[in-house]
Formats: sequence, structure tokens, C-alpha cells
Amino acid sequence: MLAAVLVMAAIALLVGGVLGYAAVRFRVEGDPLADKIDALLPQTQCGQCGHPGCKPYAQAIAEGSAEINQCPPGGEDGIRRLAELLGKEFKPLNAEHGQPKPKSVAVIDEAVCIGCTLCIQACPVDAILGASKQMHTVLAAECTGCELCVAPCPVDCITVQPIAEDLANWKWKYPAVPLKDVA
Amino acid sequence: MAVSPHILPPAQSVTRVMALVLLGLVPATLVYAWLFGPAILINVAWAALACVGLEAIMLRLRGYPVRPYLGDLSAVLTGWLLALSMPALSPWWLTLTGCMLAIVVAKHLYGGLGQNVFNPAMVGYAGLLISFPALMTQWPAPLALAHAQLGAADSAQYIFAGHLPAGLKLDAITSATPLDTLRTQLKQDRTLSEILRQPLFGHLGGKGFELIAAAYLLGGALLLARKVITWHVPLAYLAAVGLTAGVFHLYDVDHYAGPWFHLAAPSTMLAAFFIATDPVTGATTPRGKLIFAAGAGFLTVLIRILGGYPDGVAFSILLMNICVPLIDAHTQPKVFGHGGDDA
Amino acid sequence: MRQLFRFHGGVHPPEHKAVSSAAPIVQARLPQRLIVPLRQHIGTSARACVAVGDKVLKGQTIGRAEGYVSAAVHAPTSGTVVAIDMRPVAHPSGLSDLCIVIEADGDDRWIERTLLDLARMDASHVRNRLRDLGLAGLGGAVFPSFIKLNPGATAKVPTLVINGAECEPWITCDDRLMRERAQDILTGARIMATLLHATDILVGVEDNKPEALAALQAAARSLDFPADIVAVPTLYPGGGAKQLIQVLTGKEAPSGGRSTDIGVQCFNVGTAYALARAVQHGEPLMSRIVTVTGAVARPQNYEVLLGTPMAELLEQAGRTSEANGVIMGGPMMGFDIADTAAPVVKATNCLLVKSPKLFPPLPRTMPCIRCGACARACPARLQPQELYWFARAKNFGKTQEYHLFDCIECGCCNYVCPSHLPLVDYYRYAKSEIWAREQEKNAADLARRRHESRVSRLEREKAERAERLAAKAPVKKAQATVPPDSAQAAARKALAAETLARVQAKQAAAAPEPLDPPASS
Ligand code: SF4
Ligand code: SF4
Repeated sequence: MLAAVLVMAAIALLVGGVLGYAAVRFRVEGDPLADKIDALLPQTQCGQCGHPGCKPYAQAIAEGSAEINQCPPGGEDGIRRLAELLGKEFKPLNAEHGQPKPKSVAVIDEAVCIGCTLCIQACPVDAILGASKQMHTVLAAECTGCELCVAPCPVDCITVQPIAEDLANWKWKYPAVPLKDVA
Repeated sequence: MAVSPHILPPAQSVTRVMALVLLGLVPATLVYAWLFGPAILINVAWAALACVGLEAIMLRLRGYPVRPYLGDLSAVLTGWLLALSMPALSPWWLTLTGCMLAIVVAKHLYGGLGQNVFNPAMVGYAGLLISFPALMTQWPAPLALAHAQLGAADSAQYIFAGHLPAGLKLDAITSATPLDTLRTQLKQDRTLSEILRQPLFGHLGGKGFELIAAAYLLGGALLLARKVITWHVPLAYLAAVGLTAGVFHLYDVDHYAGPWFHLAAPSTMLAAFFIATDPVTGATTPRGKLIFAAGAGFLTVLIRILGGYPDGVAFSILLMNICVPLIDAHTQPKVFGHGGDDA
Repeated sequence: MRQLFRFHGGVHPPEHKAVSSAAPIVQARLPQRLIVPLRQHIGTSARACVAVGDKVLKGQTIGRAEGYVSAAVHAPTSGTVVAIDMRPVAHPSGLSDLCIVIEADGDDRWIERTLLDLARMDASHVRNRLRDLGLAGLGGAVFPSFIKLNPGATAKVPTLVINGAECEPWITCDDRLMRERAQDILTGARIMATLLHATDILVGVEDNKPEALAALQAAARSLDFPADIVAVPTLYPGGGAKQLIQVLTGKEAPSGGRSTDIGVQCFNVGTAYALARAVQHGEPLMSRIVTVTGAVARPQNYEVLLGTPMAELLEQAGRTSEANGVIMGGPMMGFDIADTAAPVVKATNCLLVKSPKLFPPLPRTMPCIRCGACARACPARLQPQELYWFARAKNFGKTQEYHLFDCIECGCCNYVCPSHLPLVDYYRYAKSEIWAREQEKNAADLARRRHESRVSRLEREKAERAERLAAKAPVKKAQATVPPDSAQAAARKALAAETLARVQAKQAAAAPEPLDPPASS
């Protein structure tokens, strides 16, 4: 009996030692982790997480100063992936930061636009084209739908519209298989 | 909206697969009843009924529709297989306990049809063998050797009420199986040839028992012909049993029974065609099936010869069940266009 | 006798070919309006080059090929363009796409046609003409043919396979075409072989079409070049390009690669026929043979102008009272048409009208029992039960490890499954989900790059401004040369404060409760 306890204790010590050593020896430096987190973020750059862009939020998560559930565009899927990467528990999206929305793009009502360039300054990905006093347009392919350009517009000519389903982005749906339903 | 394919062949369903397997069991069951008395029929019916009842309860509890899932006949099959593995004169509660282990524990606690890791019938059998070893070795003796015979009514009375006709002792109608007899008597330092000369033994295996084995073989051939199973599992299983037994036999002719003896045991044939071929708990890739069945065959003989239980089928199958995910993952066939060549 | 090979698995669904194969091809009626989608091929949509109100002639280009993987579309008859807008098209989604609507004038007046003088044109010129004539594979995949006719700089394509297997049940359009126009098919094959520098022409036809085989053999005898007409065993999906190539040559097209990697190119008989018409008559691809079968009064093959609304074609074939749906394609791989206002397109080989008797509702699904029947039937030697398992669990990484993208969606696994699981449906779902994620990731990468370049541009501008200030007022030098990283930090902080304020303002408007102060960076 005593021998068994001793053996178990020895094994536990040994394993603990190896694990501890490995943790020190193979420690991942902060930055690659932030990059890995950044790679999972949707890059909307909307700031809803409370950070000025996805990268800073990734850094904050890596440092442990932010939670993984602050990114509405990433949605639950995004939180799941972050939880998996970091070995943390999944938690539902923190509603303080907003709700997930369908993927959208900003559209400028070109008849109303006065060419003030405020939206250009707000756009985090330089997706708005235009010059002073000229009508602006949004490059739909580059727009992340972050809505940062909406508030600065003095004439409220920018709306964010969900991307309509077309033949190019249509997806097959998850099959509904009634294993449980009574046929 | 319906998606392609829009057609399915008419006669093809889980029910049909299970029904064909049940059909394959019929010859052996009849031979069994003919040689060992009608008790087995009562036991099969009782086990099947118990399994179906338990299945219905579990489906209801888990919120599944009862009718289509009972209709798949998988519970009937589990009960039937369990009954064939157990001594025919088992009391009703023993069978019921086995059915509970099989249906409730092995099947539904793991998620029901298609999700179970372990073969339900074998879980039931192994559980009973560990818990009630004495009862599980009381096999009916072949009618030709028994000192008395039980009719259908007497058998039913014994199974359900626990008493035999006046003046009849249990010893008079039961005996150990040939495998078991061999094992215990070898322990008493008797030689193989000595043991095999006893009346319990026939040409290849046990008297009568070998005929049941032949009937299983016949049923298995039916399954092969109807493409319910492929040749991989039976062939690999029987080959492994024969080979392993053969090696031991050559090592010590006087101590270890030859391949034929092991092959002619009913449990070997039952396992080869009806247990190891269970698709849910077995390997699915062709090479995986060979490995799975060969492993099970090898372990079966090993446990029979070296272990403390009368038979090794159940344990060997359960042990191999654990390995299935590993086996399948490592035996994936070469996919088209990846340099494979098994067209 | 040529040695044939076997592909793994396959199934024998009931053929139902006799229903429509007995009667000869008839010309479909000229509809009043034709709806010509700009995207009828794999690749980029063609770009409309006519305007509403324009008069067009039969065979006139109305949509030009756009980008490399594309093909032109043409007016199927003479008339007036009355609309260019979104219309329901033949697609499993039932969604709409951009179409050019032509009001027929009834004259069916041709535009001037110029034949292709192969002897005097170089090969790339020929291929460009074929793209402008709208040629695309008519077997179902509708890949622009001119691309497949390019042998490449170094690649050798010694073998040309012409696919007349037509393995899908019910469909007989290739069968009738081979019976009636074998000569043209072989002429087309001959031109293809020239373009590809192929030395061998193999025409594979399933042995359930003896008349087609006989017609091709008769035509081959009167030709001045060898074409091997080969009867292949009837086994679905023997008409899959990869499977037919395997049966005829014993070679497997590499995963993710092209059949030209193993020196084989494969075209459908309909494509070969269309090519012959294009070269010898200067005709663009604007009609095709369509099998109309199933629950119709007159099941047979029709030569249909592309753009003909399906409803009109079905009308001509005769509606029946029990009809309850239409499949485009065959029962194994076709899809339901949500709206028969959708037009016939280059991919429409068959309209199969369903009835409860011909297509009884599929039985209920049961859990997978891992019986492996699907794996035995899979021509790609996949393990469909594992793919199903992972796709169902949305474990897309695993589906790719188990080679999901080698699945040709033939439906064999689905067909044999005793649990009646909609396996292919799961694979299609997983594939489109994986593609969407790929796209999302690309979009995210693009956004990251653009954001980073913006941030560094802003910093640069700031630094430049600071320098200018410093030059103007040397006294303030100390302040201007703030170390750049702290300047960056300050800029970030300002931006963060700004976004926070905005977000909070917005949320305050949405939710009146006070907010916790968010973690600062
Ligand atoms: S055929 Fe169906 S039940 Fe059998 S293994 Fe494949 S998916 Fe499972
Ligand atoms: S649909 Fe895919 S997985 Fe199923 S049989 Fe065809 S190729 Fe194999």
C-alpha cells in the first residue's frame, strides 16, 4: 500500500516536473500569440470591442486585459475559435459591445453627398474614394461594414446595407435531418 | 426542397439489413432447439421481447419516436444474439439483466442506434459472466447425453418460475460446454486425447455443438450471398482463430486443442459471422476489418487458453471495439487520384 | 478489342431511358420571349453588350466573355431586347441572375456567319473565336471549352476522350444526338484532336445504347481518320469524366489536378457536335438538345433555343395532371427547379417531370449504422460515412483531411445508404461552407493589410507634420521629437477614445442602462 502511494507520488512529481520544464522551455512569446489571435478576428476594424482596431484587441487578449467575447462581428463562431486557441471556456457574446449583424457594406447616397471627406478620414481600411467637394463612393469589395463612417457624415447620406444573397455568395444550407421527429 | 439524389432503391433499409441478419440466425437456432431442447426458443423469444420493451422505454425517455426506431429490428437482433450466447436454461431475470446491460447501458447511454462503441449483446454477456459466473456455465447438455429431457412447458416453468419437474435435478440436464470442460480438465492435468474421448466431444468439437456451428456457417453464407456482410471479417476472424490455435497445438500437442476444435465451437462461428460483423461497433475500412477481426480471433483463442473464463469471444470483441477508431483512422483506403490503385 | 478498366463502386439505378429514346429529336417551338442569362458557364458572367430597345439578329453576340474563364452568349433568334434585369434562373438556390430578355420577331433572321478556316488560323485565334462563339461543355459542367482545348506549352495530350456514356437514368439527349448526328460529332472530335495535338480519339458509350454505338461505328468507317468507338459497361457514374477516363485508359486524374496531367482530355459528345457546327457553319452555341421526360404526355428530345422558358418547353411536351415538380438534370445529380419561368441554358440536358408515382417521397432517415455500403459504392474511394460524420459535426478541417474535395457528388453513397441519409447534401453544405470561410479569410486579410497601411500612412503624415513644425519653430524642438512609439501610442489612445465614445453613445441610445467602463488598452 505504502509502496503504491510512493510510486504514484513519484510519478506525479516526475510528470509535474517535465510539464513545468516544458512550460518554461517552450514558452510562446507574447507577440506570436497576438498574431494568432489577430488571425482569428474578422478584421472589421470597427472598434466595438473597445479597442481601436482588431490588432490592439488581439494584443489586449494576449496580455489578458480583455475578454474573448467582445467582438460582435466575429459572432459566437469567432468566440469559439478564440476559446479553442487559448484553451479557455466559451462564453456568450458580451452584449455591451453590440450584437452580431449580417455582413454589410456602406452605401453613400451620391445625390446627397457634399464631398466633405469626413468619412474618408473615418474609414479604417481606406475603402472610400473621393476628394474634397467631390462625390464619394465606397469600394464594396474593400468595405468591412464597420459603420465607422456613418456617424461622422454631416448630411447622413451613408447607410449600411446587408449584402444581398446572390448566386456568387449563396451557400448550401445545413441539411435538416429529422432523426428525432415522428415521421 | 428535395435534393439529389431523388431516388433510392426500393428494398433497402436498416430494417431489411437487420431482418436478413435475423434470417441468418434461424438455421442455427432451429438446430439448437432440435439438439438441446426447446428451452432456447423460449429464451430467444423472452430476450427479444425484453430488449424491445427496454428499447421502447429508452426511446420514450430520450424523446425519440418509438415506432420507426423499434421497427429497425436492431433490438430484436441484440436480444436474439444475447440469448444465443447465454445458456439456454437461464432464469428469466438473468436474461433480463443481460438485456438491460445491452440496451440501456451499452446502447442508449452511448447515444442509441449507430452511436454505441461496444457491441451491446457482448456487453450484456460479459457483464453477466462477471457477475454470475456459476449460472453462466450451466449449459443444457445435448439431448443425446442428458439423463432427462425438458419439454417446452417444463423449460418455461424452469425459466420463469425456477423449478424443475419433481424428481429432476439440474445436474441431470446441464453440463459445462466442451470448451469449458476442456479448460477445467486440462487444469486437472489430464491429457488432451484423454479428455476428447469423453462422450461430450464429437468429431471436431462438442457433440451437437459442432452442428450448431455448422448451422451458423450456413447462416453466415446467406449473409455473404445477400451482401449484408463482406468476406473480410469472417475470413480474418476464422483464420486468426485457426492460426493461433494451431500454433499452440503445435507447441504442445497434448495440452492445446487443435484449430478444428476451436473453429467448431458455436461461439467461434457466431462471432465470425454475426458478432464481429456488427457494423456499428466494428471497423469499416476493408483493411480495418481484416485487422479488427484478426485481432479479435487472436484474442479469443488467447483468452480461451490462458484466461479464467469459459470463452473468450465477448472479451476479445469488446477489447477490439475500443481500438476501432484507431484502426479506421490508420487504414483509410487511397482516395481516387491520390496515387492509389485498387480499382 | 481494347482493354477496359473498372472504377471502384458504382450503382445500377433503374434506367428509364426507353421512355424518351425512341422518338427522334424534334425542333422546339419558337417562344415569344427568350430569357438569356449572362452566366451560363462556370466562371465570370458575360457582360451585356446590347441595350434595351436594340434590335438583334439570330446569332448576334449579346454578352461578351469577361475575364479568362468566361464565354460569350448570343441572341437565339432575331428580335428586340426588351429588358436586361434579374430573372429566376436554373440554380438549386432558386435565386435570380442578370438576363437579357428578347422579344422574338418571328423572322428568325441570321446574322452574317463566318466559318472558321482552320488551315489558315493559328490555334490561339481559333480558341478565341470559340470563346466568342460561346462554346462550353454540354455534359453538365459547362466549363468554357476553349480553355480545355489549349494543350499548354509543354503538356502533351495524346488522348482525346469523347464522352457519350450518358450514365444518368432518364436522360437520352446524347443518345439521340449520337444516333442522328454521329458524323458531326466525329468531325468535332477530329477538330479537337487537331487543336490538342492528340493522336488517339476514344469515344466511350455505355453498352445500353447499341443504336448509338452502331451509328458512331458506321460514321467512323466513312471517315479519313481513326476514331475508336468503345462500348463501356453500363454502371453509374460511368459518364463522370474521371470515371470514363479510368475505364478507357486505366489512369486516374490526380486529385486537385486536371486530366491533362495524365495526357487525356475529355469532352461531351454534345460539345463535339457544337464545335463542329461552330467551325463548319460559324454558328454560336445558342441551342441544345434537351430530354423532356418523366410525367409528360410526349416524352422525347427537343432541340431547344437557349433562353426558352422551361414552362413553354414543358407545355409542348404536354402537361399531365399528376406532375408535381421538375428536376433539371437526372435523378442522381439533378436539382429541383423552383420556378419553371427559368430558361433553358447551356447546362440543361434534361427536364425530368416528377410525379408521386415516379418519385415517391423518400423514406425517413435513420442514424448511420456504419455499414460501409456507401464506401463500397463510392467511385472516388472515399469513406462517405466518415465525411458525413465530420460534416454533420461541422468539423470542416477533418472533412478536408478525409478528402471531401475529391467527392464528385455523384450520389452513389446516398443511393445505397440503408439509413437513407442525405449524405451528398452534407458534403455540398460542407464544401460551400469551406469556400465561404476561405473567402471570408481572404477578405479579412485584405482588410488587415489595408488597415495596417492606413495606420502607417497616418503615422508618416504625423511625423512629417511634426518635422515641418520643428523646422519652423526650432524652439519647440523638444516637443516635436516625441519618440515615435509614444506618438503612435498617443494616436492610438486618441482613436480608441474616439471609437469608445462613439460606441458608447450608440449603445446608450439603444440600451438605457449605464455601462461598465470597458477595459482600456
Ligand atoms: S451507407 Fe449510410 S448507414 Fe451505411 S455507413 Fe454509409 S452513411 Fe452509414
Ligand atoms: S457523392 Fe461523393 S462520397 Fe458519395 S459516392 Fe459520390 S463521390 Fe463518393
